[in-house]
Amino acid sequence: MDRLHLSQHISRQFNAEIEDVRKRALAMGGLVEEQIAAAVTILESRDAGTLAQIGERERRINQSEVALDEQCTFILARRQPTASDLRLVLTVMKMLGDLERIGDEAKRIARIGERLVAEEGDLDVMALLAELGAATRDMLRGALDAFVRLDEALAHDVLRRDVQVDRIYRSVQDALVARMQEYPDAIPAQLDRLWCARSFERIGDRCKNLCEFVLYLVRGKDVRHTGLAKAGAAY
Amino acid sequence: MNAAPVSVALSARDVSLWYGARQVLDAASLDVASRCITAVVGRSGSGKSSLLRCFNRLNDEIDGARVQGSVRVGELDAYARGASLSELRRRVGMVFQRPNPFPMSVHDNVGYGLRLFGLKRGAELDDRIEAALRVAGLWDEVANRLDDSALDLSFGQQQRLVIARAIAVEPEVLLLDEPASALDLAAMLRFEELLLQLASRFAIVLVTHNMQQAARVSRWMAFLHEGRVLEFGDTDAIFTNPHRRETEDFITGRIVSGD
Repeated sequence: MDRLHLSQHISRQFNAEIEDVRKRALAMGGLVEEQIAAAVTILESRDAGTLAQIGERERRINQSEVALDEQCTFILARRQPTASDLRLVLTVMKMLGDLERIGDEAKRIARIGERLVAEEGDLDVMALLAELGAATRDMLRGALDAFVRLDEALAHDVLRRDVQVDRIYRSVQDALVARMQEYPDAIPAQLDRLWCARSFERIGDRCKNLCEFVLYLVRGKDVRHTGLAKAGAAY
Repeated sequence: MNAAPVSVALSARDVSLWYGARQVLDAASLDVASRCITAVVGRSGSGKSSLLRCFNRLNDEIDGARVQGSVRVGELDAYARGASLSELRRRVGMVFQRPNPFPMSVHDNVGYGLRLFGLKRGAELDDRIEAALRVAGLWDEVANRLDDSALDLSFGQQQRLVIARAIAVEPEVLLLDEPASALDLAAMLRFEELLLQLASRFAIVLVTHNMQQAARVSRWMAFLHEGRVLEFGDTDAIFTNPHRRETEDFITGRIVSGD
């Protein structure tokens, strides 16, 4: 569980601070995951009754981001962390940005979902969107698990799953383009669905970022834009 | 990771040291790069100061001290039979934690080594003394006090004085053993500025317990553990991603298994 020995400092206070940052980052990730789930539910059930909860959750996500950012800043200022401690604080600070943006995308999907409540039909496209939503939610959960368990293999696994998300995204896109040509009157609704798909696809990309940060945390090597993340995915 | 520095000023190979029956260094090897600062860090008792003292054979002064291995400064083999101790000490200067000015004038302190190596009193001696005091950042404060006793200088001035004394003979390597541990923050940062300036002329080996100081000034870093150089590398790399668990435990303040 503690591969980087993050709880073995001579200073117990520092151990507690590090543990607190990890827990809070995970809790924020949990809220963001709920946000995706809520967005998918609105699309699937065509019931926008949970929209107020989504707004409330977004406020909590934003507060968490600001509070955690501040907490990390204090640790940098007071502890001058090094090695894996430094990498943990930097990783959390970078993850915050992506988590917050994932939350924003989920909220955008929920808002569009509200507009789509009145739209009839296109069950197959809606099913694909729900599938896309579930896949990105799994990616986020996997990224958060990889973070908390410092699990390189899982991070690679999640990175690999983005290929599948992109594939579903392209299916949605193809289906929607065909519909638009067939029924030009429904183009506004189809565009809304396309925006949803696009947001899910962006969430997948941001989950990839999270995994790259986890790999940096565990390995101490920056794998962004190097193809290393892909190469590592072979094992 | 263990990339060799481009130009090596001092090279220690498999240096082992015993004080009587007690082994203090165990095959320690280290390359000190020219014109930059190499920090030597490690716990108390890990052998940092002892290693430093091997570099200019200060351990020779200790009864029962025995050294194995080799220390080379350029072509000079410090432990070769017949190697000149005064030549070694001229080329490898040392500054201690507590400044140790000699009980004589500022002028004579800085000129001590120069005169030892045969420079007579006169304009050249005075010029070299002034130059050394300037490099050490002390000239402006003592220009009018050259004949005062060095013991009347402040702590910080004494510290720069002993640096001036060490560099007056133009050594290749400057050894510094915890030189800034008794300074307040502003004085310490000024001292680090001086170190960086000195590093443009000399190879500097800095033993320190202050990890932030090592992080701020050193280009290379050696981690000593139980008399061995356990990790040596680029300071940036060691502070973000050390290779050895022991190094990581040390620089992050973790409990060592077995403690």
